[in-house]
Amino acid sequence: MIIHHPLLGPRDAQEFTYLGDASLIDRPDWQAEHAVDRFHDYLYLRDNPAGEHRELWFHEVGDRSWLVVTRNTLTHEITSVELARDVARSRGRSK
Amino acid sequence: MTQSNRLEGGQIDRSRSFDFTFDGKRFKGHPGDTLASALMANGVRLMGRSFKYHRPRGVLSAGSEEPNALVELRSGARQEPNTRATTAELFDGLEAKSQNRWPSLRFDAMAINDRFSNFLTAGFYYKTFMWPAAFWEKLYEPMIRKAAGLGSLSLQDDPDAYDKGFLHCDLLIVGGGPSGLAAALTAGRAGARVILADEDFAFGGRLNAETFTLGDASGPDWVAATVEELRSLPNVRCMSRTTVIGGFDHGIHGAVERVSDHLATPAPGKPRQILWRIYARRTLLCAGAIERPIAFANNDRPGIMLGGAMRAYANRWAATPAQKVAVFTNNDDGHRTAIDLIAKGVRVAAVIDVRADAPRLADCELLAGAQVIDTDGRLGLNFIKLRLADGSERTIECGALGVSGGWNPNVHLTCHQRGRPVWNEAIAAFVPGTLPQGQSVAGAATGDFSTYAVLRSGTDQAVVALSDIGLEAKAIDLPQAEDAPVNLTPFWHVAEGKGRAWLDQQNDVTVKDVKLAHQENFRSVEHLKRYTTLGMATDQGKTSNMGGLAIMAELAGKTIPGVGTTIFRPPYTPVAMGTLGGRSRGQHFHPVRETPSHKWAKEQGAVFIETGNWLRAQWFPRPGETTWRESVDREVRAVRGSVGVCDVTTLGKIDVQGTDAAEFLNRIYANAFAKLPVGKTRYGLMLREDGIAMDDGTTARLAEDHFVMTTTTANAVTVYRHMEFARQCLWPDMDVQLISTTEAWAQYAVAGPNSRKLLQRIVDPEFDISNEGFPFMACGEITVCGGLRARLFRISFSGELAFEIAVPTRYGDALIRRIMAAGEEFAVVPYGTEALGVMRIEKGHAAGNELNGTTTALNLGMGRMVSKKKDAIGSTLSEREGLNQEDALALVGFRPKVAEEKVTAGGHLMTTTGPVDAAHDQGYVTSAAYSPILESYIGIGFLKRGAERMGETLRLVSPLTGTDTEVEVVSAHFVDPEGDRLRA
Repeated sequence: MIIHHPLLGPRDAQEFTYLGDASLIDRPDWQAEHAVDRFHDYLYLRDNPAGEHRELWFHEVGDRSWLVVTRNTLTHEITSVELARDVARSRGRSK
Repeated sequence: MTQSNRLEGGQIDRSRSFDFTFDGKRFKGHPGDTLASALMANGVRLMGRSFKYHRPRGVLSAGSEEPNALVELRSGARQEPNTRATTAELFDGLEAKSQNRWPSLRFDAMAINDRFSNFLTAGFYYKTFMWPAAFWEKLYEPMIRKAAGLGSLSLQDDPDAYDKGFLHCDLLIVGGGPSGLAAALTAGRAGARVILADEDFAFGGRLNAETFTLGDASGPDWVAATVEELRSLPNVRCMSRTTVIGGFDHGIHGAVERVSDHLATPAPGKPRQILWRIYARRTLLCAGAIERPIAFANNDRPGIMLGGAMRAYANRWAATPAQKVAVFTNNDDGHRTAIDLIAKGVRVAAVIDVRADAPRLADCELLAGAQVIDTDGRLGLNFIKLRLADGSERTIECGALGVSGGWNPNVHLTCHQRGRPVWNEAIAAFVPGTLPQGQSVAGAATGDFSTYAVLRSGTDQAVVALSDIGLEAKAIDLPQAEDAPVNLTPFWHVAEGKGRAWLDQQNDVTVKDVKLAHQENFRSVEHLKRYTTLGMATDQGKTSNMGGLAIMAELAGKTIPGVGTTIFRPPYTPVAMGTLGGRSRGQHFHPVRETPSHKWAKEQGAVFIETGNWLRAQWFPRPGETTWRESVDREVRAVRGSVGVCDVTTLGKIDVQGTDAAEFLNRIYANAFAKLPVGKTRYGLMLREDGIAMDDGTTARLAEDHFVMTTTTANAVTVYRHMEFARQCLWPDMDVQLISTTEAWAQYAVAGPNSRKLLQRIVDPEFDISNEGFPFMACGEITVCGGLRARLFRISFSGELAFEIAVPTRYGDALIRRIMAAGEEFAVVPYGTEALGVMRIEKGHAAGNELNGTTTALNLGMGRMVSKKKDAIGSTLSEREGLNQEDALALVGFRPKVAEEKVTAGGHLMTTTGPVDAAHDQGYVTSAAYSPILESYIGIGFLKRGAERMGETLRLVSPLTGTDTEVEVVSAHFVDPEGDRLRA
C-alpha cells in the first residue's frame, strides 16, 4: 500500500507501524463518573467495519508522525490521510 | 544424436551449437532454443513421469503454463528441481535430468501405480490413510512423499546471490506481445516512463510463434524493429526474462528478473535473479491467452500437445515432435497448426474437427464431426483412434497430435486483488471482470484474439491509461494485420472412450475424478480443487481449470459461470525461495548492532549474546576458567568486592524537552514525576492503558525543561512509539519534544565499593562526586578526561555503590579503555549481562522476565507507587477489580531447602501437600541464578499472596526440565536489603 503523507507525499506502507482504530484518540477523562467503565469501553470496544475505517499509523521509519488514515477495509482504497495531531485537536484534545 | 526433427527456418542461431545433456545423454541445440525445443528437435518426446501414476509424459505447451515437462536443471549445489523445460533457455553445457522415476525415465518401477489407478482416485489418501492417526506422520506421509514427490533438492547452500530492487514508472506493461509492444511504443513516444516486462527471453509473444505479417514485415521483423525503437528511448525500460508475479495494492507489483538463469553460472558480481518491487501509476495487462486442451481417453501420451504449442515449436524453434502429425480441434485456430506444419514440410495426416460444419482451411484431409476416442503408444504416441461423423471408427498413425480447445484470456493479474473474471460466451472463456484500481487490460487478455485487434487495443488502452494520469499520448499508426474472428464450438471432453481422460496432467486428475467428486457431493469449485487437487502445484491449473469447471457444470446441469470460477493468487509462476530471501540470509538475515566498545570487548575475549539486534558481552572468560559459571561468579565477586564496569549503551535513551516535559512524564509514568528536582534521577514504572506493566527505567532531570529517560533494551522502540502517540494523539498542545538518543551516547555502569575512587580519576576535578556532593540518585552534566562533555548518574542496578557515565558515542571506545586503565589499582573487571543478571536477582530488581506482559504494579510489589492523585496512562484501569484480587501474585524470592539444589526459572509453585496440577498452581519462578555471594541458587517469581507467605515451603515443579525441588519463600532482596551499600 501507499500512504500519502500530508507532509512527505506518497510513502510505502512498509515505513509505517499500524496501531488501530482512530478512536484511541478519544481517551476518557480520568475524573469522569464511571471512569473505569469508560476506559474499559475506550480500550476494548471497537467497530469492525467492512468498508471505511479511520485508523492510526505511525511513520516509524520516517518523520515519526502519527497519522489518521481513512482506508476501505474491503478494497484498501485510502481516501484521506491527516496528521493525528490535527485530528486530536479537532476532537477537542489539548493538554 | 542428430537433430532429426529440426525443420527449416526459425529464430535460432544455427551458426553456433550448444552441447547439453538430458539424463546423461548428450545432445546438440542452438542459441534461441529452450530445453524443450532442443529435446524435441533431437527426437525426444518423453520428458517426465507424472506425479501420481508415473505415466510417461512429454511437453504439453511451449510456455510457463507447462504441467508435464518438469526437470532438474544443473548439478551440485546449483541443482534446481521442478524447472519447466519449456521456459529453460538452452546454454552450452546445460545438464538436465528427468524427475520422479526410478530407475530410469524409460523404465519406471513406480509406474505400477498406474495399474492400481482404480484405487488411487480422488480422495484416495483421505479415505485410506485415516487410521491409526499416529501412522500418518511416521509412515503414510513419508511413504507417499517418496512415491509422489517431484524433483529433489541438493541440500547444499545455494552459491548464488539474489538481489532486490525498486522501480518506479508511469505505465507498467505486463507482457511484450503485439499488444504490449504497441502500448509501449505509444507510451514511449509520448515520453512517459514505461516499463515493459515479459517472462520470455524474446519479446514478441505469439508473433514469434505464428506466421503472420504486419504490413510488409514478418511478425519477428516487426518485433525486432519495434524493440529497437523502444530500446532507443531513454524513458522506456525493456525487461525480458522478467515475470510480473503479483499485483498488489496501489499499483505495487512484484517481478522476478532471471538475470543469469540462461548462463551456466552468473557472471562475477552478478545476481542470479532480482526480485523487483515496481511502483506503477498505471498498469496495462497485455498477458495474452493460454490455449486449453480437450480431454479424451489416453490424451496424455508424449506427442499429444496443444496445437498452438505445436506450431510455436515449428515456427519459432524449427522443431516438430514427429514427422507425421494430426490436429484435433473445435475451432478455426486449430487449423492454423495444420497449415503451418504443412508449410514446414511436416506431414499432417488429418485435421479432426468436432464441428460437423468445420471449414476446410488446411491442405490436408479434414474429418469434420469426428472425435478422438483413444490413443496408443507406450512411451509416445503411435496411433489415434477416431469416431467419424458417420459413426464408423478409424485409426490413424501419427507421432504427435496438436489439440486445440480454444484460448483462455490470461486474467491472472486481474484477480490478485480479488477481482472476479466474467464469462464471455463468444469465446467460451472467462475475461477480466472488475479490475484493480489503476489497472487496465489490452490484447488477447481481454478476449480479442486477432492480431489487428490486439494491436488496436494495445495502443488505445495506453492512450487512455496515460490520460488518466494527465499525460497526453497519440495512438500509433497500425500496420495491416490478420483480423480473423473467433469461430469456435465449445467442446471440453470426448464422452466416449475406455481409458482415462486427463484434465490436469500435473496432478494426474481425470474426468472420472471430477465425476467422483461430484458424486460425493463436492459441489463448490474450491472444494473440488482441494479434493481432487485439480489446478494445484507449479502450473496452478493454467491449462486444466477450465476443463474441470466445464465438467462440473455439465454434471450439475448448470452453465459454466453458474458453477463459478477459482480466482488466482500471486505468484503467477513459482518463485525460488532464494529470490524472496534476497541478501537476507545467514548472518545477513537481520542487521547487527554493535556498541562503541564492541571492538574492545572482543579484544577482552568477551562472549556475546544477541539482545534484540544488539550484540552484548555476556561474560569475559579468563585463562583457566573452564565454565561460564566460573567467569560469572568471579565477575560478581569482583563487583561486590571492589569495582566492575559494564556496557549499558544498549538501554533505550529518550531525550524529553519542553516546558511541559515534567507534566508529560507525570502522565507517562504511573508514579509521580512532576516534582522531581533538577539534578535528580528517579525510577519510573510505565503502565499500558490496560494497567499492565509496560516498561521501567530511570529518568534524570538535567534542567527544568530537560529530562533523559532510559528504557529497557528490548522496549526502546515501543516505548518511544507509545510516547509519541501520547504526545501527538492524546495531548497535542503540550510543549514537549522527544528524540531517541540511544545511539548518541555510550554509557557504562561503574559499580562496586571502589567505583567512586575509580571515577574520581576520570571525572574532571572541578566536579564533586563525593557522597555529599553527588548523593544516591544524583545526576549531572560533567566533563571527563580533561574537558570532554559527559553525563553522570548515580544509579545502581547491582545494589552496590554505582554510577552510570555517558559520553558521546564516538568517545565510547576511548572511555572504556581509560576506565580500565584508571581502575587497574582496584583490580577493575569488565562484567557482562550474566553477572548483571545475577546481581539484579540478588537485589530482587524486576526485569524483562518479570515485566512479561501479564503483570501489574501490584504484582511487582509497586502497587503503592501508582499515584491515585493524577492522571497517568494505565492508572485508571489498574484499579479494575480483576487486577486487585486478594490472592494476587506478588514478587518474592526463593531459596532451595537443600543448599546444592537448583532453582529453575519457568518452574511452577505447588504446595507440598496439595496435588500438582494447573488447578492448584500457586505461582511461578521468573528468574533464577546461582549467587556466589550467598553460595546458593536463588530465584525470584510470583506467588499468590506472596508477601504473607514468608518462610513457607513449596514445591517448585518443572515438567519441562523434569525437576521437582523444595524451596522456601523469602524476601526478593537477598543482598543488602536495607540499601546501605548503594548509599555509601
